[in-house]
Amino acid sequence: MYRTIIIGAGITGLSIARWLTRYRGLQVIVIDKEPDVGWGVTKANTSIIHPCHEEHPDKHPLRSKLCLEGHNLWYKWVKELEIPAKWPGEIIVATNDEELKGLHKYIDYAYRIGVPGVRLIDRGEMLRLEPWINPDAIGGLYAPTAGTINPMMAAIAIAENIVDNGGKLLLGTRVEDIVVRDGKVVAVETSKGGIEADIVVNAAGLYADKISRMAGIDDYSIHPRRGQYLLFSDRVDVKPNKILHTAPTPKTKGVYAITTVDGNLLIGPTAEDLPEEAREENTTTHQGLDFIYEMASRILRKLPPRNKVVKTFAGLRPEPSTGTFIIRFHEKPWGFVEAAGIRSPGLTAAPAIGKHVSKLIIERLENIEPRKDWRSKRQAIPRPAYMAPRERDKLIRENPDYGWIICVCRKVSLGEIMEAVKRMKKIGVPEITLDGIKFRTHSMYGDCQGSQCRPHIAYLLWKRLGIQPWRITTKGDGSKYAFTEVKALLRGDRGA
Amino acid sequence: MLSPKSKPSYGVIVVPDRITKKDYDTVVIGGGPAGLAAALKAREKGLETLVVETRDRLGGIPLQCIHPGFGIHYFKEDMTGPEFVYRFIDKLLSTDIDYTVKSYVNMAEYVSPMEKKLEIITPYGTEIVRTKTIIYAAGARERTRYEIGITGPNPAGIMTAGEAQTLMDMYGVMPGKKILIVGSGDVGLIMARRFVLEGAEVVGVVEILPYPSGLIRNVQQCLKDYGIPLLLSHMVISVKQRNGRVSSAVVVKVDENFKPIQGTENEIECDTIVIAAGLKPRTKLLESLGAQIDPRTKGPVVNEYFETTIPGVFAAGNALIINDYVDYAVEQGELAALAATKYVDEKGIRIKKPVKIVLGRNMRLIVPQMLTLTSDALFYGRVARPEDNVWLSFKEIGFKIPQLKVLPSIMIRQKIRLDKLRMLETDTLTVEVIPRD
Repeated sequence: MYRTIIIGAGITGLSIARWLTRYRGLQVIVIDKEPDVGWGVTKANTSIIHPCHEEHPDKHPLRSKLCLEGHNLWYKWVKELEIPAKWPGEIIVATNDEELKGLHKYIDYAYRIGVPGVRLIDRGEMLRLEPWINPDAIGGLYAPTAGTINPMMAAIAIAENIVDNGGKLLLGTRVEDIVVRDGKVVAVETSKGGIEADIVVNAAGLYADKISRMAGIDDYSIHPRRGQYLLFSDRVDVKPNKILHTAPTPKTKGVYAITTVDGNLLIGPTAEDLPEEAREENTTTHQGLDFIYEMASRILRKLPPRNKVVKTFAGLRPEPSTGTFIIRFHEKPWGFVEAAGIRSPGLTAAPAIGKHVSKLIIERLENIEPRKDWRSKRQAIPRPAYMAPRERDKLIRENPDYGWIICVCRKVSLGEIMEAVKRMKKIGVPEITLDGIKFRTHSMYGDCQGSQCRPHIAYLLWKRLGIQPWRITTKGDGSKYAFTEVKALLRGDRGA
Repeated sequence: MLSPKSKPSYGVIVVPDRITKKDYDTVVIGGGPAGLAAALKAREKGLETLVVETRDRLGGIPLQCIHPGFGIHYFKEDMTGPEFVYRFIDKLLSTDIDYTVKSYVNMAEYVSPMEKKLEIITPYGTEIVRTKTIIYAAGARERTRYEIGITGPNPAGIMTAGEAQTLMDMYGVMPGKKILIVGSGDVGLIMARRFVLEGAEVVGVVEILPYPSGLIRNVQQCLKDYGIPLLLSHMVISVKQRNGRVSSAVVVKVDENFKPIQGTENEIECDTIVIAAGLKPRTKLLESLGAQIDPRTKGPVVNEYFETTIPGVFAAGNALIINDYVDYAVEQGELAALAATKYVDEKGIRIKKPVKIVLGRNMRLIVPQMLTLTSDALFYGRVARPEDNVWLSFKEIGFKIPQLKVLPSIMIRQKIRLDKLRMLETDTLTVEVIPRD
């Protein structure tokens, strides 16, 4: 048995782990400092499955290859794992001649990488394809294969599938050191003790360079690049069918306007290079949000007013000093593997990175064989409000909790919430968090952002599971939902 | 008709049996004050009535409002929220009105003027119910930090006043120790006092307007009496966090256009930010039916029967317009029930002459937004800015009422009798506030 430890339970680490669970003779363990999966880079991004025609095939040959391969794998993964996804295609919207001219090169990239259907379209066709495009735009580039998924639902689905196939998650566990003996990795020291290892995979996102240094590798560094977003209510009328974005710049793929799989208009991101130490600065700014709003108004015919925003948020991307994905199996120390600097299009490439990295590992090990009992399928949590009455009633008969809608914005039942909790425990979360429930059920995710249902959910968790509201956190660590019980402060008890 | 179904049960949650009827004269959506009052009035008038409530009990928001101030107009008594609403609940439990809790109207379909079909999800399964009329009284939701432009990280500890109130006064949970309140409406003021009474420290109440938006008596009784600072012409522009919980708010002074003044940023330490920045009517179901929404009230466009633009679908309470007093919500519920009765009896509400209400000088919003000219009309409105010594004028019928003071935070309530309205010769009626001389 080879023990493989993957550091980082983001979309990259989980994809690698999923591939590795397909083999007999490997024990797969995923470690993350956060109390749940996907809470780093995976949590906040544009959620696009890129067609991959914007990757430079010469400058980034591996990245463009993995992007396209990942794109194609997602079709299968979203079905196997019941991940919310759609494939509407995308249009790069040019607002001046210079931008339009700049689009030509992507046709060449597309041809060389193998992206189908990419072509220039004139203003008339563009507006027919997508009536929400600003009529001032002059033309665009259409890529019919672009899609979008819910990245958090994806991370959760993959994590469940890993555990279902015998993999293990050690969440809320911080890696403190990597032990190398005789030129080989032999163990990982964590906040919860040491774990022996034959293979250590670094998929630590924003902290990948720090993990590499623990193994004596220091030929690259990571700095955070921040992207801010505005998410609008699912009830605004502006709902572009196609994925739209402004012409790319050397730094970014431009500002996007998409209708997410959840039905919300999402615009963003910014691309702000932050200093190396700012790896937790996922904060929004007025300047950043104003910039996005302005950019989005160039490509959209109309924007909803700012007070229709249901949430603003920022994500951080791990920008590697090398400018490209760092994927390698080290001979020195042997057994140390990196999947670092996974910036855009990391989400798209993730399944292919997983395949590629697992291949790098498998071909160096002996007596590893594909499992015959590997389970490819995972079922999503049922959503009664979106089912046909007959199907729904069957579910409610088995469990009446599915008949009580707790979150009215997103029509989420108590049954879904309790099922989410059950699944969180199954993958081994160290604590039940409100964000964990949110990402699994989309309760607390709608127009009111949980102000109506969150206290009731906290109360029901207390009554059903004995988790007191002052013990539950929003996102682990010190993010407690409440402090103590009423009257405790008057008694002089200041709470935890 | 008033055969008792169960005994009055002050404070005890009664889980009703599965509803068996499939046809009603009216279905009331929402079991808060407006919905309960509507159901009682509708039953009193002989309508077969069903109340649908999403939470596990009837009562709505007053259940969590343990402060006084309820019922002053309606019962001529000063009560707490639960005391007030249990008068209605107990009365309802003594009738044969059907009600269902933990129940959510997932879909509503307009089949014909005398038939609407509702799909209701309940713990008993899906109920398909047909009804002649709907009284929509689903209440409102609170505005969030994102809607008032507070940037920064997204830590725990930022919540609406209603969420804090639910935690404290329904579930006995203390959500914070060092509180900053955003918004000086009555809700913000009352929550400031509530926190102090529980031993928490309230570091301030931030108000973007140059004057408090709540009642003067609440400013005195909730803030001044406890020495809580009120920061007028200020706003919270961003927050900071420590270990995932809010650690401070960045507060800035604003100019007369509500734009932040550079260099006036001030960081206020707190572990909790309570947003009391106003309410928005809940209109999702009405929108799905195709009802017109008024961008001013954010609620449905209605006539003097509180009938929306969908025939036989009425609205009341905070789902119609954000009210100052629960008494108004009750009044609207009762009026909507009388209108539903008329609708059922007369197979529709006929229009004598369609009249559009126009907002004139210094009027920000009003309901009803249109008239049929077949009934007295009760107007509820708000002005755009404070003014002293003015007329509230209904221009085209030459009707004026003197007002010593008008404030955006104080709802104007004015009844106009049908005989006055009949004097209207145009198809618009302008409501305006004009100086007294």
